[in-house]
Amino acid sequence: MKVLRYFAVALDSIRANKLRSSLTMLGIIIGVAAVLTTMGIGSGAAASITEQIESQGTNLLSVSPTGGSSTLTMGDAEALSDRSLHPALLTVVPEYTASATLTNGSSESQTQVVGVLPAYAPVRNLEAAAGRFFSEEETEANLRVVVLGGTVAADLFAVAAEALNQQVRINGEPFQVVGVLKESGSAGFGGPDSRAFVPIGVAQGRLFNAPRYRGDYTITAMSIQADGTRMEEAERQTELTLRLRHRLGPNDDNDFSIFNQASLLELAGEVTATLTVFLGSIGAISLLVGGIGIMNIMLVSVTERTREIGLRKAVGAHDRDILLQFLIESLVLATIGGLIGMGISFGLAFAVGRIPNFPFSVIIEPQALLMALGVSSASGFIFGIYPAMRATRLDPIEALRFE
Amino acid sequence: MSDYSSENGGPAPVIEIRDLTKTYLMGQTEVHALRGVSLTICEGEYVAIVGASGSGKSTLMNMIGLLDRSTSGSYRIRGEEVSRLSRNRMADLRNREIGFVFQSFNLLARTSARRQVQLPLFYAGVSERQSARRAVEALQRVGLGDRVDHRPDELSGGQQQRVAIARALVNNPSLLLADEPTGALDSRTGEELLALFDDLHRQGMTLVVVTHDDHVAHRAERIVTLRDGVILSDEPVRERASSTPIANRANALAAGDGQPV
Ligand SMILES: Nc1ncnc2c1ncn2[C@@H]1O[C@H](COP(=O)(O)OP(=O)(O)OP(=O)(O)O)[C@@H](O)[C@H]1O
Ligand SMILES: [Mg+2]
Repeated sequence: MKVLRYFAVALDSIRANKLRSSLTMLGIIIGVAAVLTTMGIGSGAAASITEQIESQGTNLLSVSPTGGSSTLTMGDAEALSDRSLHPALLTVVPEYTASATLTNGSSESQTQVVGVLPAYAPVRNLEAAAGRFFSEEETEANLRVVVLGGTVAADLFAVAAEALNQQVRINGEPFQVVGVLKESGSAGFGGPDSRAFVPIGVAQGRLFNAPRYRGDYTITAMSIQADGTRMEEAERQTELTLRLRHRLGPNDDNDFSIFNQASLLELAGEVTATLTVFLGSIGAISLLVGGIGIMNIMLVSVTERTREIGLRKAVGAHDRDILLQFLIESLVLATIGGLIGMGISFGLAFAVGRIPNFPFSVIIEPQALLMALGVSSASGFIFGIYPAMRATRLDPIEALRFE
Repeated sequence: MSDYSSENGGPAPVIEIRDLTKTYLMGQTEVHALRGVSLTICEGEYVAIVGASGSGKSTLMNMIGLLDRSTSGSYRIRGEEVSRLSRNRMADLRNREIGFVFQSFNLLARTSARRQVQLPLFYAGVSERQSARRAVEALQRVGLGDRVDHRPDELSGGQQQRVAIARALVNNPSLLLADEPTGALDSRTGEELLALFDDLHRQGMTLVVVTHDDHVAHRAERIVTLRDGVILSDEPVRERASSTPIANRANALAAGDGQPV
């Protein structure tokens, strides 16, 4: 009951000293807004990276050759496709990638052309925006058909959708466009947007004349969709079979490497965690600066406040009354400031969300909210309580005489 | 107030001070502000404390007002020894028994007159509604019934000091103490303040006023003179100074209606 009345006293005091109160809050507002926004940027970036990796499927293994010339072959992919020997591997897709020049009339595009099997599309979550991926039959028959990534189609044709059923030339050879992929948005290298896909036999044969290894066409990579619950097993089975087929002795290093998306995700997680800590510490520094601002204001007002405390004591306040009043006042100030800071950071997050093509959104996590509110309340508390602690110990006459 | 009358029917002592000393430590040197003061003030008395600057008037006043502690000696309020009470007990006594008026008013900045006056009642635990009513009554008593919502910067110096007096009176203390209450006022507003003190005195309030000003001192019934921390003289005032014509004083008496404060 009496505690409730202290809230009234605190609000009175805040209202009576608007300038001092708002300057005090300003530090907290800036601190909270800075912490939340920076941490929100960290979280947003982390979420967008994670999403990009996850869109590739976390149960994906990709195998690539190491060393000078590839020793990975079509035979390796076929061997790994044997479900009875490799129960943890669901689909194995060999890839042969090389750079080529795609032309449509006078439009030209230097593009990574990837020879794959039709199963590549579901394994890599590729979806057609127009047309379709090429079929088993087209692959068997080594037909010259091509599926264009969104960016490539846009480069060669004024309107990407017009590419469908047109002819493009790859290194001079005519190919029919059977599909255009949806833009995945994950721009930059490695994404499907800037690639073109053809049946693997075509790529290895007439298009690029791939080197052979022990009489078998080599490949440049393998995508393996594995059983998501048995990833370690899948990796072990792949490694074992490839080592056997490559006749590697117990002391030989692998001549290939296996990446899995989960470990990539982990790596990305570490990177973004570092980013978040980095941004968070910038925010924390601004919170500290805000806190020092609070302390300055409090020190400036300490004379006035000390005399106020002396007067309150002179008319009968106990030490506890004074302490409680200041605690609650600091708390109320810090909370109001914290809420305003939160409002500002949500506003900023919203504004950033409205920027077209901004690569990620600002995500304000509940933990960050709690932390920022906690830290700001604590700083308001610590810095605000200082004059009170000082004056509470004084006799009323000393506090009244304070200059 | 009759509860406090002594057995023989005379006025009961409110303040009994015996051999009070106060020594300040300034680094290595001791400053003896009070060197053994004995003083008894009875119910309803109006006492002025005078003396040269540095003679210890404020120091003595702060002891009487329980704002500070003595170094040695005894101080009783209504028979209760108060010089060695706990901080909280002293705060309670300040709240209930003593109203203090300062030379520099000591009002809270940007706070309405009513809120200022409510302050002692807040610490006394009086409910908000009752304290608001009593604060307005106290302001009416000092002639500020039409200024309850004014803040210090919207009041003249004399009005500010009245707010401070209303604050000192609001909890019905046994004692009203004022250290140089007219020190920051011009002579005319000072005069109004003294008239207010006269009224309070007539209503039975016990008043102790510290002053430099002989004229102010002679409004009291009794003048205590300090020098170098001891009482030099303690005499009743034979010729009470007054600028208030007899007729006005009679009116004031009627208006005060004899209600004890
Ligand atoms: N806090 C203090 N520390 C040290 N010495 C003090 C302190 N307060 C007062 N004194 C000393 O005690 C003596 C009495 O001071 P006091 O304030 O009581 O004088 P006063 O009679 O009220 O003077 P004035 O008329 O100028 O107000 C002075 O010598 C003063 O210097
Ligand atoms: Mg003095």
